[in-house]
Parts: sequence; structure tokens; C-alpha cells
Amino acid sequence: MLLIPCPFCGPRNESEFAHGGPVRARRPDPDAVSDAAWVEYLTVTPNPQGPVQEHWWHVRGCGTWLTLWRDTTSHDIVKGPDDA
Amino acid sequence: MRERLPQGGRIDRSRRVAFTFNGRVYDGYHGDTLASALLAHGVRLTARSFKYHRPRGIVGYGVEEPASLVELLGADASGNEPITTVRIRDGLRAKSVNCWPSLRFDIGGVNQLFARVLPAGFYYKTFKWPDWQLFEPMIRRAAGLARAPTQPPANGHYEARHAHADVFIAGAGPAGLMAALVAGRAGKRVFLADEGTEAGGGLLTRRLRIEDRPAMEWVADAVAELAAMEHVTHLQNASVWAYREHNLMMVTERSPDHDSLLERSWRVRAGRVICATGAIERLLVFPGNDRPGVMLASAAQAYVNRWAVRPGRRAVVFTNNNSAYAVAADMQAAGIEIAAIVDARPQVPPEALAQVAGIDVLGGHVVVRTRGRMSLRSIAISPLAGGATRSIACDLLAHSGGWNPAVHLFSQSRGSLRYDETLAAFVPDIPAQATASVGAAAGLMTLPEVLTSAAATGGDVPRAHEAAYAIAPLWRVQAAGKAFLDIQNDVTVADVQLALREGYDNIEHVKRYTTGGMGIDQGKTGNINIIGTVAQQKGLTLPEVGSTTFRSPYAPVSFGAVGGLRTGEVQFPYRHTPITEWNREQGAVMYEAGARWQRPGYFPQPGESFQETVNRECGAVREAVGVYDGSPLGTFELKGRDTGRFLDFLYTNKMANLKPGHGRYGLMLTDDGLILDDGVALRLDDYRWILSTSTGHADAVNQQMEKLLQTEFPDWQVMVTAVTSQWNNATVCGPRAREVMEALGTDINLDNAAFPFMTFRDGTVAGLPTRVVRVSFTGELSYEINVAPRHMRKLWDRVMAAGAPFGIQPVGSEANHVLRVEKGFLSLGHEVDGTVDPHDLGMGWIMSAKKSDYLGKRAVALRRAADKPRRELVGLLPDDPNAQIPEGAPLTPGGRKEATEGLVTACVWSGVNNRWVALALLVNGRTRQGETVHVRLRDEVIAARVTAPVFYDPGGQRLRS
Ligand SMILES: [Zn+2]
Repeated sequence: MLLIPCPFCGPRNESEFAHGGPVRARRPDPDAVSDAAWVEYLTVTPNPQGPVQEHWWHVRGCGTWLTLWRDTTSHDIVKGPDDA
Repeated sequence: MRERLPQGGRIDRSRRVAFTFNGRVYDGYHGDTLASALLAHGVRLTARSFKYHRPRGIVGYGVEEPASLVELLGADASGNEPITTVRIRDGLRAKSVNCWPSLRFDIGGVNQLFARVLPAGFYYKTFKWPDWQLFEPMIRRAAGLARAPTQPPANGHYEARHAHADVFIAGAGPAGLMAALVAGRAGKRVFLADEGTEAGGGLLTRRLRIEDRPAMEWVADAVAELAAMEHVTHLQNASVWAYREHNLMMVTERSPDHDSLLERSWRVRAGRVICATGAIERLLVFPGNDRPGVMLASAAQAYVNRWAVRPGRRAVVFTNNNSAYAVAADMQAAGIEIAAIVDARPQVPPEALAQVAGIDVLGGHVVVRTRGRMSLRSIAISPLAGGATRSIACDLLAHSGGWNPAVHLFSQSRGSLRYDETLAAFVPDIPAQATASVGAAAGLMTLPEVLTSAAATGGDVPRAHEAAYAIAPLWRVQAAGKAFLDIQNDVTVADVQLALREGYDNIEHVKRYTTGGMGIDQGKTGNINIIGTVAQQKGLTLPEVGSTTFRSPYAPVSFGAVGGLRTGEVQFPYRHTPITEWNREQGAVMYEAGARWQRPGYFPQPGESFQETVNRECGAVREAVGVYDGSPLGTFELKGRDTGRFLDFLYTNKMANLKPGHGRYGLMLTDDGLILDDGVALRLDDYRWILSTSTGHADAVNQQMEKLLQTEFPDWQVMVTAVTSQWNNATVCGPRAREVMEALGTDINLDNAAFPFMTFRDGTVAGLPTRVVRVSFTGELSYEINVAPRHMRKLWDRVMAAGAPFGIQPVGSEANHVLRVEKGFLSLGHEVDGTVDPHDLGMGWIMSAKKSDYLGKRAVALRRAADKPRRELVGLLPDDPNAQIPEGAPLTPGGRKEATEGLVTACVWSGVNNRWVALALLVNGRTRQGETVHVRLRDEVIAARVTAPVFYDPGGQRLRS
């Protein structure tokens, strides 16, 4: 069970959260992209062996949606590329 | 207790305990385990093996025990406990597993005669479909392990606790105690857990000295010092069975000091973890190494020193390292005759010889055979290099193949292992979490090294002495006969060789094919010998073969402890509305109807069948009036100036232009074009809306809304509040619903022009503050009367009273299902299965063409552009009006055994049509109306005519009336 840092509640057990999937590319303007680009947006989900940015919902806590970077090979919560 | 020594041992001789084993009554002392108490009575035969049903005895003295498993009976019922870990107490009843009908006359023993046909992989090769079911019951009975208890424990319960610690220490041997003292003295919050009944680990069973005193005195001082520290939690009888991510440790505490508590499960989150788990002695592999009387040297030493029991009268010690010499010395001191020490090492170190003056030591020799039908009588030895064998009479063979650091927890934490040539064992290498291994768990095999490693972070190291370990690995003795690598799973050297011959040469494959290293003991005493045997056979080094993965649990864990108090309904509670009690009083048949809501299925009257009940309830709604409790529908209040814009994105149809006081049916898709939910949105005022969702999808809709608002549109001003439990409703439906409303008394103008379909009004009904909504899920005139939960029961009683003159009936979910099918209203669990889109359901009209973007719009358009045939919603009328079609039944072309062209999603008896009617998804269904299609069942084919998916009031006049 992971220990997940909630920005409002501090580190909390994974059982208080719902996994919200990896953070995907921002939803493009459907009128501005090709069909292929839209299909890519819908179907290609980041699934790296290593750090991935994820959404988690503190649904049995404060209700916030947070993002974090998790290393899929170790479950370690790690610094993202843009973190200081 | 003829084998009990006159004095010594850590047992309380003033407290005699009587227990039953395999139907016979024995006695022992408080502090005994089943194993030590039985050995004290000279009991040697304690088990039958899993596959060959060979006689087996006691091999170890703790969780490593591979041979003897027992089943506890009566109030303690539980299965597959190592005989060495069960403490005796008055009234304990235990029996051996694997011996049906009895231990001495074991029918399964004939398996031994057929051993030749029971090689590795035998089950995979023989018991395959389609004949498995012929063999399975016999195999399970004859070869299975203990039976699962049929009842929950009668004499207690389980519980779970959470704890936090700066430092978690697994193991309270010399290393763990030393580490705990260092951390505790530094003021850290310490959690120390040990699987033994008392602290001391290896010191409990050996005669070592610390600071020139018996080591157990140092242990007692350490335990006392820790007990005085408020910030230290010290548990004995507590197995650390898993090391999870982020330093979460799983611990099961057996028999905590508390009335009626059987076990307590701890989940401890720690800043740092110290593995002080010691080392486990491993077997030597030679023919007949599984015979009762062949025992690990450490076990023989433990029985002598800790329990004051002689496990034999005349012993041979067989070893490849120095540790067994102290065992020989301790046994001799206890009056056991040592016939010889057989040492595989050609040169025995003087340090070892110095401990056993006067005993015959045969260097460079190995044991090649054992004899004795039910118990050991003699062994044969020969020089390692080959040569004449010679027999030695003995009733105990204490053997040591060396020691494996107990790296299980470290490995579970994903730390990597390294093969150490000097120790001939795998040791911790690079940690993956904040953890450190100390003592024997780190490969430090003598007491001075153990204490030094554990005190690494500070503090004085107590003085101690112990002879060097000095192992020369011996993976197996080359001699003919069954030599066991894994005693519990009956895996021999020959089985591993067979696996290699058949191409299973990866160590993980060898494990799965032979089952070596699986089971209750997880191969604690034998795994490395399997790796060594594979290495020898393939001409590789051990690191090249590698090690199999260590997985949790380290020791068996009961399901009860994992569940704690979360059992039965507490584990996943039901949700109830305020009229559950009323429903039960009416004799309603209640069951779950999505999202754990308990709802009435139907309200049978005396003598009424299921179908008669449903027909009556439907009839009331179609001809007069009915009422149902719609409270479980998901309800959300949305507030904020961007709500309209948000709903336009969420629903496929336009919502923002809805006027206050009005409602609109809507459909929600996910962005990949699948149907997420349908429901009704009500607009309260410019900035406030109420959304209702289906019962089962309320949580998914909530998640969808919150995720969008918090991650995609954080600058949009919309607040979502789940108010499902803040609103209850009674929905009055049927042609006489308006009359019932009038009889209830209301200040709302009920005139159809003033209060039309798909609008709502706030007002008073039957004296209660309400919001009344004109929606309809039945196809009839309906008033959904919403109230606060505290008013629900009053409202319900008043509706039943006011409706009585009109013949009002309470309506359950079964009748609701019939009514919605007759109308062709969709139900998410039935017609929507993750493949259909709104067009397939004939709801293309709800996909707004005007809105440039909303969830799922482009995905649906793209999929339809692919122009493949789609399954479309249709109605079916069976040619025989009395033919019922099972829901989910496939439709195939002409009813032939071919690929399906659709499926029946619902089928109900329609009272208004006096026949069975069905809904189905059918390939190109909308263009096939009037055709006959065929439902293919196992034994029959049902012909049915395709119709529009509506069987009642297609124009919808009645719900607008
Ligand atoms: Zn939070």
C-alpha cells in the first residue's frame, strides 16, 4: 500500500485514494486536430517502465485531485522532471 | 515424558498441560510446542508426505519446519500449521494432515509403490481436461493438505491495528535487541516484532555467553530496558510476514493478551526498517534424508537446550560447517551418545575439533543411506571421494547443510541479493527502500559480528565469543536413492533432473514444474539446494542460476487476521433508505440493486407466486396507481456560474438553455464514446442545478465531474456536492397519480398546463416541505415527491393512506424493470455494455449537432465513419407468446451454431400485451423490423419477430397526461 502525499492532508494510505490514471496530453481542440491525432489522444496512454505522472483522487479524504510521479518499477514516488 | 531431561529448558515444570494428538492424550509443560512435547514422549512418526505418503517426523523447530503439518480441531479449527509453531495448552486437539485413514496405516502409502509414475509434472501431464473431474475428488482427498474450517472460530475474533514507527525491527534475537536498544536509547519510536514466544532468537537454543554471563541474562536485561521505554513497542508471537512498498510492514500477532482475541493484524508504516531476521539452517541432500529421526542440527540443539528434550538416544551429526560441533557438544552434555560426527570437509578446522574432544570425527565422509521403516535405525557412510560404505547404528541424525541468511523480507522489499562464495549463500546486496539488514540476516554468522553489526549506529558492543562458521558447500551427496530437496513437496534430485531434461531449465520454471520451494514453508530449508543441484547439473555457478523470487507471506497468515473485524456485512455494508423497515414489515423480498443499496424486489402477498406479484404491481401502475422508493438514485447539486457550460460539455445534448423550473433527460459519454450514464438535470436557478444519475453509476459520475473540474477546467466555477443521502423520494405513478396527489393535499397547482411533464415545483405535500418532479421511468403520469430523509417515512405512510382508496400498490424493482422494458427505456446494466453508442440505441437525436464539442462527440463520429455493421436496439416478440427468452441469450443466423448476430438484453412478461416481450441488440437491427430471428439455446431455438423497441404507448401520451 503506497503512502501518497496529499498537498492538503499530508502523507496518507493508498486506501483513501482512487487511482485516476496517468496524466495524458492536454485534451486538444477537436476542431483543430486531425482524426489521427484525436485517436492518438484517446488511445495512447503513457505506460513507461519508470517514472510516470499520475492522477490520484483523495476521495475518502479531502476530495482533491492531485498528481504525482511514480516509478512503475519500484512504486517509489519520485521527483518529476519539472520539480525543483 | 521418558525423553525429558531432569532439569533445564525454558519450560514451566509446575504447569502440566494435557493435549490430544491423532486421538491420543499426551501431557507436556507450559512452554512446550506440539513438537517438543511429542518428542518428550518419544513420538517420532508425526506426518505423511504430500505426494508419496512417506513416513515423516519432525525436522525443524520453528517456521522452517517442512515435514510435519497439523490441523487443529474443535474451537481452534485451522489447517496446515507447522507442528513446531503450535504451543500446547489444555484441551488442544491436533491431527496430522495427509494421512487418511490413519498415520500408521496410510492408504496413500501405496503411492510410494507407484512413485515411478508420479514424477515431477505428473499432474500437468495426466490430469488434464476432459478427465480431470474423474480424478480430482480422489486426489484431493488422498493427497490434499488440511481441510479448511467450515465455521468461523467459536471462541474469539480478529482485529487489525495501524501503527507508525521511526524504526521497525523484524526479529528480537541478539541483532534485533541490540538494534532496538540503540534506537530506543536515541529516543526513536521503535516497533520491534518477533515470531517467537519469547525474545532471544538463536540465543534461546544455544549455550552462548555475553559479557561473561549466559546470553539469556543479557536478553532479559535488554527486554526489561526496552519495556521501560514508552516509545518502544515490543511484540512477541508476532510474525512479520510481508514487507510492502513505502516501508509498510505486515505483522500478525497471535494470541495477544486480551480476552477473546485470537489474532491481531498490524500494519506498521516505518521511517526505517531493520531486518534482524537471523538465518535458517538448510538440509543436506542425501538418500533417505526425510526419514523420521533425521533432523536439522539446529533443531536437535533447540530441543535439548530450550525444551530439555532428548530427540534421540544415540546420534550421528552430519555437517559441512563448524556450527554443528556445538550441537554435538550440547547433545553430549545432555546425555545423548554421539556415535560419530560425519563431516564432508576433508580438513576439519581445529576450532571445531576443540569443542568435541573424545568424539569420533570422520572428515571427508558423507551419509549415503538411512534405514528404519517408521523411524531411523542406522545410517551408512562412505568417503566423499568414494570407497567402502560402513553402517552406524543410531536413532537420530542431526545434519547441517549450512545457513541461509533469512533474506525474505529484504527481498520482498525489492532489495537485490548477491551470492557470497565464503558463506555459500545469498546475502542482501542493494536495498530498494529505507532498510538495513543486520546480524545473521546480513550474513554475519558469529555472535560478536552479529552484535557489532547491529550496534553500527552507536553504543557499546557487548563482548562475546563464537567459533568461526567455515562452510564448504555440499549441494548433494552423489548416491543412489530418493534424496529430497524439498521435503514438504516431495521434490527429489531426480525430479529436478527430469525438469531439466524436459527443458525447464530456468530456475523459476524448475520451481513451478517441480513445485519445489512452494507450499507452507516456502522452501526455507531446501531452496538453495535446488539452485545448487541445477548449477551442478548445468555446469554453472549459483549466481548464474540465480534465485527465485521471495514472496509474501513469509509465514502462513490466517484469513481471519487479514480481515480483522471487517467480516460479513461490516466488510462492505449495505445502504438502506428510511423505509427499509416498512418494506420488511410488508414482507418485501429485499436484495441489492446496485451500489450496495438494499431495495425491495417485490411485495408478495400470501399465496402469491413471483410472477403473480410482479403482474399485480405492474397492473396497479398501468391501470390505477403505484408508488416506489426512488431514493437510491444518485443525486448531485451543482452550483456556480459555469455550471451550464460544464453540463454542456458533460452531456451530449444542450443543457445550458434549460429554463429554471424545468428538467431535461440527458446522456453522458466518456471521451472515447462509451455511454457513462443517463439521468435528468433540473435547473433550480441561474447558477444551481440538480443532477440525478443511475444508482449504480453515481460514483463514476462523481469521479468524472470532479476530475474534469479539478484537472481539466480548474478555472471554471462549479461546485459539486453529492446529495444522494440528503434527498429521499416517493414516486407516485399511474393514471390516478394526480388524484392521489390531490388527496394528499398540496399547495402546488397540479393542472397539467401549470405543471407539465419535465418540470418541477417546490411546495408542500401532505404537510411536508417537498420538491415534486414530473419525470417518468414507467411511462405513466408520475410525481416524484422529494423530501428530506427525516420526513420520508411520514411521507410514505401518508401516500399509502391517501392512495388506498385508489388501490395504490408499493412497487419493487422487478415491476419497475418490466415497466421500463415495455416502454423501451434503456437500462445501463442491460442494453449498455460498453460497445454500444447512442445511435445504436436509436437515440441519435440526443447527440447535439449544434454544440461544437462535448465528451465523446468526436469518438462516436469517428467510429461511425468506419461504417461497419452495428448492433442496434430492437424489440423482439417470440412467435410463441408464452415463450420466455433468458436474458443474455445469443441470437444466431437461423438459430444455427454460428457466430452470434446479437443478444437478448431483457425479456419480461408484459401484462398489457399479454405475452413475453424482449429487447435485443441485433446486427443492423433497425432495418430488419418484421424479420424473424432466432435465439439459440442449448437445447432449443426460439423464433421471434423483430419490432421497434417499444411495446406500450409509443407516442408517450400517458406520461405527459
Ligand atoms: Zn487530502
